[in-house]
Amino acid sequence: MVDSVFEQLEPLLPRVRKPVQYVGGERNAGTKPWDSVPVHWALCYPDAYEVGLPNQGLMILYEVLNERPDALAERTYAVWPDLAALMREHGVPQFTVDGHRPVGAFDVLGVSFATELGYTNLLSILDLAGVPLHAAERDTSHPLVLAGGHAAFNPEPIADFVDLVALGDGEEVVGEITDVVKAAKAEGLGRRQVLERLAGVPGVYVPGLYEVSYGADGAIAAVTPTSDAAPPRVHKRTTSDLDDWPYPKAPLVPMAETVHERMSVEIFRGCTRGCRFCQAGMITRPVRERSPQGVGEMVEQGLKASGYDEVGLLSLSSADHSGIGEIAKGLADRYEGTGTGLSLPSTRVDAFNVTLAEELTRGGRRSGLTFAPEGGSERLRRVINKMVSEEELIATVSTAYEHGWRQVKLYFMCGLPTETDEDVLQIASMAHEVIRAGRKAAGRGDIRTTVSIGAFVPKPHTPFQWAGQAAPEVVDGRLRKLREAINSDRSLGRNIGLRYHDGQPSLVEGLLSRGDRRVGRIIERAWRDGQQFDGWSEHFSYERWMAAAEAVLPVDQGVDVAWFTTRDRDSHEVLPWDHLDSGLDRGWLWDDWQDALASQEQDDCRWTPCFDCGVCPTMGTEIQMAPPGRPSLPITPVGHRTSTPVRNPAFAADPGA
Amino acid sequence: MAARKAKAGEAPHPSAPTVAKLRMRYAKRGRARFSSHRDIARTMEWTLRRAGVPVALSHGFSPHPKLSWIGAAPTGAASEAEYLEIGVTEDLDPAAVAREVDAVLPDGLAVIEVVRAGPGALADRIDASHWDIETPGVGDEQLAPAVAAFLAAGEVTVERLTKNGPRPLDVRASVAELGLTLTRTGEPDGADREDRARAATCGRLTAVVRHTTPAARPDDVCGALRAVAGLEFPEPARATRRAQGRLDERGELIDPFAADRAAPTA
Repeated sequence: MVDSVFEQLEPLLPRVRKPVQYVGGERNAGTKPWDSVPVHWALCYPDAYEVGLPNQGLMILYEVLNERPDALAERTYAVWPDLAALMREHGVPQFTVDGHRPVGAFDVLGVSFATELGYTNLLSILDLAGVPLHAAERDTSHPLVLAGGHAAFNPEPIADFVDLVALGDGEEVVGEITDVVKAAKAEGLGRRQVLERLAGVPGVYVPGLYEVSYGADGAIAAVTPTSDAAPPRVHKRTTSDLDDWPYPKAPLVPMAETVHERMSVEIFRGCTRGCRFCQAGMITRPVRERSPQGVGEMVEQGLKASGYDEVGLLSLSSADHSGIGEIAKGLADRYEGTGTGLSLPSTRVDAFNVTLAEELTRGGRRSGLTFAPEGGSERLRRVINKMVSEEELIATVSTAYEHGWRQVKLYFMCGLPTETDEDVLQIASMAHEVIRAGRKAAGRGDIRTTVSIGAFVPKPHTPFQWAGQAAPEVVDGRLRKLREAINSDRSLGRNIGLRYHDGQPSLVEGLLSRGDRRVGRIIERAWRDGQQFDGWSEHFSYERWMAAAEAVLPVDQGVDVAWFTTRDRDSHEVLPWDHLDSGLDRGWLWDDWQDALASQEQDDCRWTPCFDCGVCPTMGTEIQMAPPGRPSLPITPVGHRTSTPVRNPAFAADPGA
Repeated sequence: MAARKAKAGEAPHPSAPTVAKLRMRYAKRGRARFSSHRDIARTMEWTLRRAGVPVALSHGFSPHPKLSWIGAAPTGAASEAEYLEIGVTEDLDPAAVAREVDAVLPDGLAVIEVVRAGPGALADRIDASHWDIETPGVGDEQLAPAVAAFLAAGEVTVERLTKNGPRPLDVRASVAELGLTLTRTGEPDGADREDRARAATCGRLTAVVRHTTPAARPDDVCGALRAVAGLEFPEPARATRRAQGRLDERGELIDPFAADRAAPTA
């Protein structure tokens, strides 16, 4: 039996900002009696509730685990400093929002890292939970701390703080971990024995069972298993056939305000566009599409269960689903006149995108339309493998303005490999041309465009994993010049908005992305100095991070922040994540990196022959396209022009009407 | 349904017309008391969609459901008497709406009653609230002299943070009635003795507060007791709104739905 701490927590809540985020009770959430199951999972998103609650990965695993008769799963999120201070003062531990049970009492604490910026919050959460920060100091009374999510493809910087890492899709592996934990508890196994047994689960990496040695040059000499139970390489997991996994079936609907107030349906997983900067596109191969039928059923069920008035059709590039035209038309027909908004994220820059957006916004909500050319010049776009010509872009945005959009957003990156000032300045001339062409197409002068720029961070398991990151001064300098260039023509510049962040946080992100186990000491030091909530500018301190790095890195051996970030790697350097297999062939990645430097493009293998990236043969997977010509959505246009798509028979006074 | 051609400047799919207005009384209890009015409004929109209540939409390119809210209880306060008016496109049985909406509300929110709107505006029938205020750490014995001092004062001003900065608020002028809850009962029976024992460490106040602008909240009542008698509250007070309505000459609140229930049904 594990009791709720809500009674101790409640008197603290009136004293903090937005207390509703800590009380749980979301629609479609629930709790099970503690003693009714042998295995207890606490699922954590290591950021504020408003960011973590909508996370799809966590929501999927929450349902998958709670459907098991032998497990329960509750959720926990990072606690803001105002409440954390009160909790420490009053001895209230980190709790789950479902049962308000202490996180330290659970068997597994599964933490989803969408980005590396959650690492310091992991330490806050462990500390508030009363769990020792270092895995080596934990015993059987403590939860097994498990990291997952995209950032976990290089978990080395947090290797000392986690017991387990799950690589790849989580739907199946959480069940296998549950089976092992259940058996281990029944048999009364010690911590080391449990970890060794878990090391045998495909996709599970146990960092504590490996030793890392370093050479005189500061680079890794070898990563060696210290137990027979630990495989030399750990391969990622891949969930096949998304139609078998229609999760979340009942999306969580919070009382508190969150960053994404809509229901989401993942229409496919994976991406083979091959954008060289994109870690998500590389580590989630191959493409697996959900069928239009499956999408339609999930939307219908999700809207009924949640009441949300917006549906996001999610994936890494949703316009690329082979049945997207059919899906968009089907949903637009079905939900017309029900106050239901439809949207999809897309990075494509072509007329088809405009057609799709037009279909989805039939009901009237026509806000901004987003395109992502990513690189400012055609040369740079060949380097990153994001092929779109300036003419195509201008033609596409003209179509958008012509069809009633007044605002177009353009996404770019700064600090890409081989980039020069000139490449970035071309963004300005492109934006000017967008306004000129847009005014002509719309026949009016009040159209706008927003240029949004992020600093590029090289990521593991991508062709750019060997690239030196641009220094913050370089990024900031180019952005300053870009702003001047945009405003050099006042009559065009006044219709162009520019949004960017300075380069310093990206350098820290780069340090955490491609770091090895020595970076863990920096994380711990920065956290002890007060660093947390790294994704929030008001909490982020570059100076604190740099001071922490200087204090703990072996700078006398030349290993400093620049060594981890702005340095180019060569082909034989052992990378910290080389023993973790995302399926991509290392040789192919290197060749693709060389192609990038030579401005050579690579096609999308969905439409062209295989180019041997290695994923399918290594993982035993294949591209899964939705079967064409299958009867699709249950199309019964609702069309009753009210605020809801749900027909409740309890209100049908005259069923024939 | 015949397709109606949209005119320029008009949304392509106008809402079906509003055929009836329903009025809902709902409660905000337990953990839900920590939600703000914005939280409740968003939650209620989604809940009505889940329940399949055909709420009318406003016109224009960004249509929104036709809901009007009457004076929401502040964040942190519970309430048994919150009010909402809903424009619907079909004539629905109010009892069925109450049942179906209640069934899909999140924990802590509950529908108490739904009526068909009679003539007159709901807002005109509400000008005061009845609050119960619990004061953990401050017993009835400490409250009693403070309440007496408050009632005897001609004016008790507290500072209230508004959108336009701090602003003085005369709480005495807003409070129609203030007393200890327990003094209202007669001879103590067994359960009541238990209540009185608890009242030694956690006092209970009953207040009737007029809806002035800005409105005096339960917190302001405690602030006024602090101002008038130096009373310190070690923990935040817990307030529950018991009723809203129009204050009659006898100091009683008239149920705002009384007129709707009496109105002839369509």
